Amino acid sequence: MFNNGNELLKLCQETKLPIWEIAVLDEMESTGADRDDILDKTAQAWETMKGSFADIEGRPTMGGLIGGEAKKLSLMDGEKTLLGSAANTAMQRAMACSQHNAAMGRICAAPTAGSCGIMPAALSTAAERLGLGDEEAIHAVLTAGAIGKIIVTNATVSGAEGGCQAECGSASAMAAAALVEMAGGSPRQALDAAAIALKNIMGLICDPIAGLVESPCAKRNASGAVNAMLSAALALAGIESIVPFDEVVEAMYDVGLEMNSRFRETAKGGIAATPTGQALAERILK
Amino acid sequence: MKKVNSIFDVIGPIMVGPSSSHTAGAAKLARIARSLCGEEIKKVTFQLHGSFQTTYKGHGTDRALLAGILGLSPSDPGLVNAYELAKEAGLEYEFVKKDLGPVHPNTIKFIITGVSGNITEIVGASIGGGEVLISSLNGISVNFSGNSYTVISIQDDTPGIVSEISRVFAKSGINMATITLSRSARGKEGTMITEIDSAPSEQDLARLRALPHVKKIICYMPVNE
Repeated sequence: MFNNGNELLKLCQETKLPIWEIAVLDEMESTGADRDDILDKTAQAWETMKGSFADIEGRPTMGGLIGGEAKKLSLMDGEKTLLGSAANTAMQRAMACSQHNAAMGRICAAPTAGSCGIMPAALSTAAERLGLGDEEAIHAVLTAGAIGKIIVTNATVSGAEGGCQAECGSASAMAAAALVEMAGGSPRQALDAAAIALKNIMGLICDPIAGLVESPCAKRNASGAVNAMLSAALALAGIESIVPFDEVVEAMYDVGLEMNSRFRETAKGGIAATPTGQALAERILK
Repeated sequence: MKKVNSIFDVIGPIMVGPSSSHTAGAAKLARIARSLCGEEIKKVTFQLHGSFQTTYKGHGTDRALLAGILGLSPSDPGLVNAYELAKEAGLEYEFVKKDLGPVHPNTIKFIITGVSGNITEIVGASIGGGEVLISSLNGISVNFSGNSYTVISIQDDTPGIVSEISRVFAKSGINMATITLSRSARGKEGTMITEIDSAPSEQDLARLRALPHVKKIICYMPVNE
């Protein structure tokens, strides 16, 4: 039905439907599933997402590099924090998801397990601020899915292929577009927000200490969630992405393909290769 | 340009973390290995190749493998308690680091001893995003993903056997998606792997087992999220 942002935008303009409605039609066409099944399955994904940040304390993780971040953030008085309560809540939830994932909790990989905190954190926080319920959030998950599908079609969401910009960058772009539709913005603004989010993280490498999905992944989930919120806020204010979404996706892929393999999930570069990263890896993997 | 079939390839899978390839994929491989064994499992040896050798504990691969052998699905929150569950079930197990040669970097070989004493050897790889490929069953090369209902028949390599098997499926209105046929040597033992679009009934499986020259029928049912 659509292979890129431009085609998606055209469909939205022709039908006067939001992105999430086009995503449903597209899914019906490509899989033969009916509308109710698609909405049910999306609702399951949303329930799983909400469940993945529910445990603020969290269990110990397999590698023991992270833990307790969400709890610390929850003890801050959101209104008095530097970023205000919305960002504080989003960061807390993103880091709760990351800990839950690293402690073998149940998550929805959207688009990947490593970036699983970004969508739940950004969407749930926005829903609360905008006074929206589960139904709107489920629609927003579909909006995000349409963006993710375009990125997978034309680039990659895999850290091993394109670095963290492909994983957390994609999650952040997907969430940014979803937030725009939740806030009543146009499909074009949603694509602009996705483009901005990807640009802000472009070039970010995947360099996990000891190869585990813990550090610096959890903090990048917090950063990705807030990046989604700021990108959506820019687009909703009418600030456009100077370079259109499709070209940004291509650029991100180009950067990913040029990335040395040390910087693509092999734990041989970046933070993983620092003396501290190496020492931690040796201790964990011994 | 890559073809993405479903939006749920991007929004999902729903799985137990931390890694789609090292946790969810490992659990799925083990769960398939369990059904290929076709009987209750007494003991299993996991031979870990490539990247599994260094990070298998940090990614919970060990727990995912044990849980899969016990029949848990990759999204079952019980994965984290796999050591306790294995103990309760009286399962014997061992993890061995082993170079399996020129195979996919995320490959595992399962050596499973059933309660009857029969040994089943399965090799499979976790190829990313929780997807897997089984590449060898008891030394015979195979190639299937475990995403479809899969029927594996071990039979005498004799003319007509393939049509006998497909007739059973046709009679029940089951559509065959892919068929892979191989044999150890001409006229010896053959293996046919059929991926089908709908679940076979117990009666279908009984009919297949009753066919002349068919020695063994194994059926794998995919996990429904």
